[in-house]
Amino acid sequence: MAGELTKLGIAEAKAGLAAKDFSAVELTSAFLDAMEGGRALNAYITETPDLALEQAAKSDARIAAGEAGPLEGLPIGVKDLFCTRGVLTTAASHILDGFTPPYESTVTSNLWRDGAVLLGKLNMDEFAMGGSNENSYYGPVVNPWRRNGDTAALVPGGSSGGSAAAVAADLCVAATGTDTGGSIRQPAAFTGTVGIKPTYGRCSRFGIVAFASSLEQAGPMTKSVTDAAILLGSMAGHDPHDSTSVPTPVPDYAAALTGDLKGKKIGIPKEYRVDGMPAEIEAWWAKGAEWLRDAGAEVVEISLPHTRHALPAYYIVAPAEASSNLARYDGVRFGLRVPGKDLIEMYENTRGEGFGPEVRRRIMIGTYVLSAGYYDAYYSRAQKLRRLIANDFETAFETVDAVLAPTAPSAAFASGEKADPVSMYLLDVFTVTANLAGLPAMSVPAGLSDQGLPMGLQVIGKPFDEAGVLNVGFALERAAAFKAKPAAWWRA
Amino acid sequence: MSVDPATVKKIARLARIRVDEAELPALADEVNGILHFVEQLQSVDVEGVAPLTSVVHRSLPLRDDVVTDGGSAETLLANAPDRIECFFTVPKVVE
Repeated sequence: MAGELTKLGIAEAKAGLAAKDFSAVELTSAFLDAMEGGRALNAYITETPDLALEQAAKSDARIAAGEAGPLEGLPIGVKDLFCTRGVLTTAASHILDGFTPPYESTVTSNLWRDGAVLLGKLNMDEFAMGGSNENSYYGPVVNPWRRNGDTAALVPGGSSGGSAAAVAADLCVAATGTDTGGSIRQPAAFTGTVGIKPTYGRCSRFGIVAFASSLEQAGPMTKSVTDAAILLGSMAGHDPHDSTSVPTPVPDYAAALTGDLKGKKIGIPKEYRVDGMPAEIEAWWAKGAEWLRDAGAEVVEISLPHTRHALPAYYIVAPAEASSNLARYDGVRFGLRVPGKDLIEMYENTRGEGFGPEVRRRIMIGTYVLSAGYYDAYYSRAQKLRRLIANDFETAFETVDAVLAPTAPSAAFASGEKADPVSMYLLDVFTVTANLAGLPAMSVPAGLSDQGLPMGLQVIGKPFDEAGVLNVGFALERAAAFKAKPAAWWRA
Repeated sequence: MSVDPATVKKIARLARIRVDEAELPALADEVNGILHFVEQLQSVDVEGVAPLTSVVHRSLPLRDDVVTDGGSAETLLANAPDRIECFFTVPKVVE
């Protein structure tokens, strides 16, 4: 029974709790057991079993009293980028050693308001910088999926790699992630899970450790599109603590899932057909277009002419913002302090020891492109490119309702395979555009590669049309009927 | 454009990150790899294009100018690596 419980997603677990098939404490206990048995994946940095059982008991009381919230008793994993009151929050960085926030992020507050249970804090790339979850101070996360007939460890993608692995391996009912350049969608694609990055401004960024403030958004990572719709409904909403959060009402996303796309027009951007793209990615993309046609949509080719400039623009804007945001880690107010003979040396020692290699690289690049004499050549130019990329989408959305593209240019790869930073950056080629333009975008599993690994399809939508994006995702999910799960090799 | 180890040392200083002398040449190579990659933007015509600084199409909201929070010194100091009474401490900065 317990093993069966962890297979449940949000929608099924909600139904089971409502029907009193099992209690919130039983459900939570089943996940806590699975987490203990799944430590080989290194998905969690911090497990919070005592807190989880306490919250679950309260959920059972509220369910008994007929006061259940929308996420009542559902055990969730939270990316360790969200501040959680009284629970260690690390951003997977050495520099946040021992940091126990005295406050709660708005997104996680919304989850607890709606009755969710915290299982623990999920591993990630340090400060959300990376695409493989190899950049964590707490060690890499292992993808639950392996290639057919091979035991080599694969990366789960990143930066929300712990979230993706935990959802795929049934170590939580669902998880939160954040997406600055693809950090929800790419790991979702690598693990056969669903993830949506909402429109910039849809979810509050208050209490999320900041990396690139103009690009990042929180979003759900789940076992199904319906689960993503339910979880996003709780996470989203206006927050006076984040001046970029938008006071637009949050619709009932789950109610919008009909899978009927009659009258909808879907664009296939020809510039996303990049050189050297594996044939099977092209094939799944074509299959996705066919599924959407079957669901009633008209599929047309579109042009997003500035696509190829998105990655270089992103790798100027994001490091520039990172160098500014990460200036706060100075060894004075929280986290790690490494002594020095004077104030400057204390800063330098703390930051030299506290940041990992990728974070250091990005701070250095950001500092350089913002420094006197280079601002116009790099940063200002990148922002102009960002405008052209956003304009491309605006023009496209005059004729289409959503865009269909691959999520990533490859399936999951082996640990250590991409040692060169730029080859890692190229993984974000299909995802960064939605961050630069602030658009909602999601990844849905399409099927398995020749090597038996999950492949994702991406849907990009109009600003604040998460409902439309989710419905296209729902149509893909229904047609794909992706039911594969990784063999549970990690259970000792 | 490319940077030499001396420039990397200067950037590290600006970023307040200690980098060992021995690491500078390798770090310069990494930084140059990335700079070379983003260099392709120089070929795009951006004449007359306004920089995009925010994708939120509304002006920044103003709140009422009233005190909404405060009096939390203990909470704020709780994570300090070192403190004296109600203050954060740093190495001595004046003789």
